[in-house]
Amino acid sequence: MTRSSWPLYEVFVRSKRGLNHVHVGSLHAPDPEMALRNARDLYTRRNEGVSIWVVPAASITASSPDEKDPFFAPAGDKVYRHPTFYAIPEDVPHL
Amino acid sequence: MSDDDFTRLVEAEQRVEPRDWMPDGYRRTLIRQIAQHAHSEIIGMQPEANWISRAPSLRRKAILLAKVQDEAGHGLYLYAATETLGADRADLTQKLVEGRQKYSSIFNYPTLNFADVGVIGWLVDGAAICNQVPLCRTSYGPYARAMIRICKEESFHQRQGYELLMTMMRGTDEQRRMVQDSVNRWWWPSLMMFGPSDAESSNTAQSMAWRIKRHTNDELRQKFVDMSVPQAEALGVTLPDPSLRWNPERGHHDFGEIDWDEFWRVVNGDGPCNRQRVEHRRKAHEDGAWVREAATAYAAKSASVEEVA
Amino acid sequence: MSFDNAYDAITDASDDKHWAFGTGFDDPLSGVDRAVPAGVSTADLTAYCLMLADDALVLSQRLTEWCSRAPELEEDVALANIALDLLGQARLLLTRAGEVEGRGRDEDALAYLRDEHEFRNVRLVEIDCGPGPGGDFAVTIARLLVFSTWRLAVFERLVASKDPVLAAIAAKGVKELAYHRDHAAQWTLRLAGGTEFSRERMVAGMARVWPLYDELFTTHEVERSLPDVAVPPSDVRAEVDEVLDQVFTAAALDRPDVAPMSAVAGKSGRDGVHTEAMGFLLAEMQHLARSLPGAKW
Repeated sequence: MTRSSWPLYEVFVRSKRGLNHVHVGSLHAPDPEMALRNARDLYTRRNEGVSIWVVPAASITASSPDEKDPFFAPAGDKVYRHPTFYAIPEDVPHL
Repeated sequence: MSDDDFTRLVEAEQRVEPRDWMPDGYRRTLIRQIAQHAHSEIIGMQPEANWISRAPSLRRKAILLAKVQDEAGHGLYLYAATETLGADRADLTQKLVEGRQKYSSIFNYPTLNFADVGVIGWLVDGAAICNQVPLCRTSYGPYARAMIRICKEESFHQRQGYELLMTMMRGTDEQRRMVQDSVNRWWWPSLMMFGPSDAESSNTAQSMAWRIKRHTNDELRQKFVDMSVPQAEALGVTLPDPSLRWNPERGHHDFGEIDWDEFWRVVNGDGPCNRQRVEHRRKAHEDGAWVREAATAYAAKSASVEEVA
Repeated sequence: MSFDNAYDAITDASDDKHWAFGTGFDDPLSGVDRAVPAGVSTADLTAYCLMLADDALVLSQRLTEWCSRAPELEEDVALANIALDLLGQARLLLTRAGEVEGRGRDEDALAYLRDEHEFRNVRLVEIDCGPGPGGDFAVTIARLLVFSTWRLAVFERLVASKDPVLAAIAAKGVKELAYHRDHAAQWTLRLAGGTEFSRERMVAGMARVWPLYDELFTTHEVERSLPDVAVPPSDVRAEVDEVLDQVFTAAALDRPDVAPMSAVAGKSGRDGVHTEAMGFLLAEMQHLARSLPGAKW
């Protein structure tokens, strides 16, 4: 079987206006356009109004270890993704 | 950085970052552990995806699809963490489909009724959370960060499972029968998720010293049992272990002996679904090869067109 | 909020919008007037909502078949997102159908307890386009391109519907469908312009779905009897043709030269007359819900 592995892209997301783009992780894609789309699907679950940069990992020149990266809240209307969507009685422990 | 510097950094609870010097054993152990974890997320999609097409309400269908999709996302975050250590996702996938790397044995059990979706959320994801929450403080930065994100999403998985079971327990006799049947099948495999007992676990000591692992297998297993017992009572199901009882002296629940023979048979490839799960993943990966190649070829052509222009 | 720490800044602990249920989630239909507009037949409006709902429900069911089987993990996530969007559209539309009908049927009663002849989806969405034996990734992409281009054109007009609920559902759906169309178009370019093999697959994929293209634009009597509420699909034919021709040109593909699939005694999907695939699809989707009558899930 031929190996056809797509290059690695680093993903940066600005979650809302007024904030910097922040590194959120990486993914594989055949080209920058698909990387952008995959990033939107994977790291923002397609939340509207966010700005995304993708950069080929091979293009990054780094001096020092990375800093902390963020987690990103999932899309606003998918309420079933949120733990508090489920009514669990308060006396059930540790859930 | 020297070996001593590295040890001091880890002991000071500092995070190791990708470009830091690290002992070869640390790197190898991490790649193996994170890759197994990533493989588990990806293989773990299958038993639940088995019920998406048959989910008995549209709300449950949406929840289940979103959950299985999250697992693909979690696998991707974790593969990305391995790549910061110099591993290659295509290579790790190859090892998975050739049976050279393992994944969590729990996914080698079949999902036989819809309550399994709930029990996987409650017990399997619950056990995974016990294992994973300490990993949010693991020494390797990219792994710890992936785990923070994953744990936040997993809490939704566990709650949706428990809520489904509560709904079913309040429902018809047949639904209650399904839930108990499912608990009977998943309880022991869930306990097995914490791995062999500490006496049998070869990697624990070094991994604890490196702060890759934070608690032993038996500690985590006990914590899981202690958490699950009151949850089972609240639900109204019986956990299938006659030896299970509170021990006031220990301040913990005593529980019966795991069937280690079954544990090792499943780990070594002879569980009910081992071959099926790996074959499913292998087929998806190989059937997709022409698509991945097409996209690569297109990108190469577009790049050369841009250069000419 | 600290700007020194990227993690704190982006999680923004003082902002509870991401977390608590009921505080800040967008309900696409909140505040929308749910009364049936004066002079509109409830039977026709119910039927029309079911048509639009069933298209989305059945295609979502088909797309979920890719879950854990996509050509790459990133694509697994993308296809699941599209399936979730369509399922969301179906649920809003089924709920609307049930409420307009006024017989107390909710989304689940309509999805799980209707028989095949009561489903009003076009036949394009029900055929097996892969990963089953009836197709592959290229056929799936071909169907998604045709379907989302068509549905987007309909929804862009439906935004002006006299029924405020349909208008609101369409307004939400337009953004989603634009994304689906773009995703399918991007893959059409890559498969058509990738390798020789992928190009063959893409050509074959278009040819597989094309016989069901004409049916999309056949205006049904229900649509005719709802002026200013429904969008007659014959109205969008020119636009859909043009968009697809743009994609074909960019991908250097020819518009397939395949004859349309005939109706059965003049009836097709919108009339409840389907392909053989439909019965199996519904059997799988409905069997658990039907085998425990009255159970809540």
